[in-house]
Amino acid sequence: MASSVGSWARRNRYLLARRCVQLGVLLAFYGTLHWGWSVFGEPLLAGNLSGSTLLGTIPLADPFALLQILMTGHVPLLEIFVGAAIVLGVYGLVGGRSFCAWVCPVNIVTDAGEGLRQRLQVKSGFRLPRHIRYVVFGLSLLLSALLGVAAFEWVSPIGILHREVIYGIGFGLAMLVGILIFDATVLRHGWCGHLCPLGAFWAQVGRVAQVRVAFVEASCTECGDCLKVCPEPQVLNLKAAARAGMVRSGECTNCARCIAACPEGSLAFALRARIRSVPPIRPGAAAPP
Amino acid sequence: MSTYTGRREFLKRMAQGAGVATTGGLLWSFLLGQQRHARANMLRPPGALNEPDFAATCIKCGQCVQACPYGTLSLSPSGAEVPIGTPSFSPRDVPCYMCVDIPCMQACPTGALEHDLERIEDARMGVATIDHESCLSWQGLRCEICYRECPVRNDAITVENRPRRTSGHALFVPVVHASHCTGCGICEYVCPTEVAAIHVLPPELVQGKIGDHYLLSNDAEVDAGGGPSASPAGDHDAVPGLEYLNEGER
Repeated sequence: MASSVGSWARRNRYLLARRCVQLGVLLAFYGTLHWGWSVFGEPLLAGNLSGSTLLGTIPLADPFALLQILMTGHVPLLEIFVGAAIVLGVYGLVGGRSFCAWVCPVNIVTDAGEGLRQRLQVKSGFRLPRHIRYVVFGLSLLLSALLGVAAFEWVSPIGILHREVIYGIGFGLAMLVGILIFDATVLRHGWCGHLCPLGAFWAQVGRVAQVRVAFVEASCTECGDCLKVCPEPQVLNLKAAARAGMVRSGECTNCARCIAACPEGSLAFALRARIRSVPPIRPGAAAPP
Repeated sequence: MSTYTGRREFLKRMAQGAGVATTGGLLWSFLLGQQRHARANMLRPPGALNEPDFAATCIKCGQCVQACPYGTLSLSPSGAEVPIGTPSFSPRDVPCYMCVDIPCMQACPTGALEHDLERIEDARMGVATIDHESCLSWQGLRCEICYRECPVRNDAITVENRPRRTSGHALFVPVVHASHCTGCGICEYVCPTEVAAIHVLPPELVQGKIGDHYLLSNDAEVDAGGGPSASPAGDHDAVPGLEYLNEGER
């Protein structure tokens, strides 16, 4: 019994780590507001994912929210620029969309939607191209400029979930239930994988991300287990990954499902600087020994 | 596939994409428009920019809510009459106690609560309005609780007496002076009637504007030399219509 729990935990170690980080961030915000959590007398983490202050001094802010505010033609205080720059820097290092898989609370909802879909064995024919998220991203900026309000921030389920958990429950949780049902029955990986403009934003930042999933072609048996569990399977182009030595696409969320699923251990987290790309092999050339 | 059908397919897809984007964009704009005008009689924290600028700049982080030591502020949940996620307060629940260091304003990272407010007495969160028909003082009782609890009493609220013709004694009624009322809402909070007889509302819902073209004779400035009777002959350009009104007097 104990060993089976142990092996389950080992197999799902990244999933457990992601849930710990996601709930931990939420708890840090919640605890600071409701239980007065502090370190050396400074409030631990005041605010929410849109904007916050760490330890009473370090500003943090959502750079996409700042971008929308700027599009309305308003120039906010310096503090928010500093906060956004810090957050941008951090996710530039740990991989843009690692926000999506490791911090964003909506990920828990959409993962639940995917779980529900598998349990119910839903097969739907509805399809949308993945790049529609960049259209939504563009619309966020366009509508911010036209209507004079930060367009996505006013409808964002991420903001709603975070705010309503931290500051009190409202009607907005209905939107989250909607997303759950949408993902489970209408479009697989519908919200996070197709529509969310914040994911589109972080995907662009992810192009320069330093933490990546490295791929060793030599041990790969092409069993396809990684593709079955990947929420963004278009990033797991194994030929391109073999050439680059890693999953290069910014749309990869660093969720590590593929790492956990790979029976050969061909996939693992690594720093971009330490991944060596393999020069393309000319047809007819001798394979390396 | 021939070039022709390929191109046709491409154009069809482009048109479909444009259709989806336009439909989505219009629906989205509709939602935003609804939200933007969802503004009932809520009060913003001190230092708030005017409503359109506030709506654009507020990042909905709730740091003002956390900074308030009295739990006055709250972020509106979705479905409320206040634009989603923005801070406001209802004084009958918890009023603003007018902290001298204005911590909510200091906590705002975007400047939606403008940091230039130096004295909390200069805040204009709202204006108190009195319903004479439910105000105890107007019924002849010596209530005046709003006056006594007002943090800027004698400026924002005064008590004036109104003689009554038949009954024995005069009324002592509270009078609000918008020029000094901060809109903190303590009056509304302490009002003893079942539903408060004094309500704090956003200034733009309450206040009118006389207009620059009226010159009031009881205005001290007018009497002191700015008015028509005392204005020097060369100064007429400043006030349109003055020339005509004063014709024949000089």
